[in-house]
Amino acid sequence: MSDSTAVKPVSQDQNKGASALLGMLWRDKFAFVSAIVLLIIMAFAIFGPALLGDLATSQNLRGRNSPPFDLSRGWIFVLGGDSLGRPILARLIVAAQSTMAVAAGAVATALVIGAFFGLIAGYMGKTASQIIMRLADVIMSFPSLLLAVVVLYVLGPSIPNMILVLAITRIPIYLRTTRAEVLEVRERMFVQAAVVMGASHRRIVLRHILPVIAPTLITIATLDFAFVMLAESSLSFLGIGIQPPSITWGLMVSQGRPYLNTAWWLAFWPGLMIVITALSLNLLSNWMRVALDPAQRWRLESRKSTDA
Amino acid sequence: MIKLVGQRAIASLLSLSVLMVMVFFLSRLTGDPAALFLPIDATEQMKEQFRALHGLDRPILEQFGLYIRDVLHLDFGESLRRARPAIDIVLEAYAWTLPLALITMALVIVAAIFLGSIAAFNVGGVIDRGISVVSLIGASAPDFWIAIVAIVVFAINLAWLPTSGVGTPWHWIMPVGILFIRPFGLIVQVVRGSMLSALSAPYVKTARAKGVKNGPLIFVHTLRNAMLPVITVIGDQAAALLNGAVIVETIFGFPGVGKLMIDSILQRDFNVVMAAILVTAIAIFIMNILIDIAYSILDPRIRQ
Repeated sequence: MSDSTAVKPVSQDQNKGASALLGMLWRDKFAFVSAIVLLIIMAFAIFGPALLGDLATSQNLRGRNSPPFDLSRGWIFVLGGDSLGRPILARLIVAAQSTMAVAAGAVATALVIGAFFGLIAGYMGKTASQIIMRLADVIMSFPSLLLAVVVLYVLGPSIPNMILVLAITRIPIYLRTTRAEVLEVRERMFVQAAVVMGASHRRIVLRHILPVIAPTLITIATLDFAFVMLAESSLSFLGIGIQPPSITWGLMVSQGRPYLNTAWWLAFWPGLMIVITALSLNLLSNWMRVALDPAQRWRLESRKSTDA
Repeated sequence: MIKLVGQRAIASLLSLSVLMVMVFFLSRLTGDPAALFLPIDATEQMKEQFRALHGLDRPILEQFGLYIRDVLHLDFGESLRRARPAIDIVLEAYAWTLPLALITMALVIVAAIFLGSIAAFNVGGVIDRGISVVSLIGASAPDFWIAIVAIVVFAINLAWLPTSGVGTPWHWIMPVGILFIRPFGLIVQVVRGSMLSALSAPYVKTARAKGVKNGPLIFVHTLRNAMLPVITVIGDQAAALLNGAVIVETIFGFPGVGKLMIDSILQRDFNVVMAAILVTAIAIFIMNILIDIAYSILDPRIRQ
């Protein structure tokens, strides 16, 4: 009885919540544009390789390093051709897939593992917490370059291994945040009430604590997505990340570097894609930090009434 | 204070030992140096000789025992590639990284504190908005890309600055400028936020009421109280610089510890990798002590 009455308002509330959230997004123009840009890049990542995969690998030595903004070779060469005469625009769109796959995979893996151990460290006693935190310290101080090289030589270069390397280096971020939040949330009244009412540990953690800290984690993950993307491109740039024939934007920058003198656009465009994506993620994360925080949400909501 | 330093030293020594053990065994997973340093048609006998010469033919646990023994005698082994003591090579590289890190950090601190305070004082003003833009660029643009664009613009097209190397002060401008962006973007935001909350404190109202001018109000009354969170972030960013700026040093051919690190990892020059990690850890340890001292100077409450 009490369950059925409780469920209905919640679902209505969620619908209202979603449309209110969209409204808030529309009101912050920077965040709105960022969201659109990210949707386009996601579309590139999902459909790009299927649509443009052949174009992106078709070599044409007569079009080597052909300059940008020259439509005589067709619109696909609008950003120029690379050192093997492949159209840069097509390669950018195709490279979106592995770039996004690595970043999304690493962030998701680090988020899940970090949040899991963070919940344990925050909820359980001092001993478990100490062990987990000291391990996180060691991971944080381990040189990520060495880790990348070890994985590259031992397990071989591939996208899953790249995700592994980046996820390991990012786990401590989520772990520390989750633990700090849990330590605070578990002292609050509603958690105490759940304990008194005899809720199981599992239920307390999953139903009462996790939903409260989830918005923080999602905001950090958005910000971290940009960071991981930059880290991946740095490793690929140094030659210890993704290896050809796979392509990511970072690898394209590194492949264009020898031609800086004669063909700047080889390294410029993929770098610009990284900047645009990271910028959008940063702007969106700034908006999310306010929008998902009940204490600060009024900043976005009340603007309508003050405008009117 | 001495007790605090001692406690910290023990904690750091523990985690450093764990790290060194991990690095020792993991780095040996990256492959056999004999395959890399000898010609491709080297006979198996030559490879055996090479391994015997450098002690790489012994069981790995024995190698580890010997390494520990040598380290306790302050002998960090020889570089495979340059046949010189590894610690000398690392210290030479550090002599380049240290001034690079110090110059960059000094510029960052001065600029961030000055501009961040002014931005907090004029929220929404030109400087405030300019700072947001720089911070966003710092958080969004990969440093290798900024470096490449800077080379194309300033070295190739305008021919104002040299593309790479060291030697003249001109060679330092681009590396310092590019390393400057990210820490500046972060620290200036912290300064701004911290100043904003400090400026709303009652003592600021009192100071205003008794007619203190804006300049002294910001830089004498408020800044000192707003500095504690700033110093924490400064510590983090300085630690990153002391680790060596791998990308920037690689692009500009700067012979610092970041470039040494990536080169020796790729060349399987294990002794140099270990020595580099050790020296870096010591540098970061010293810096953390300095940060603690700065805390206690700024906030007398911490001293007890």
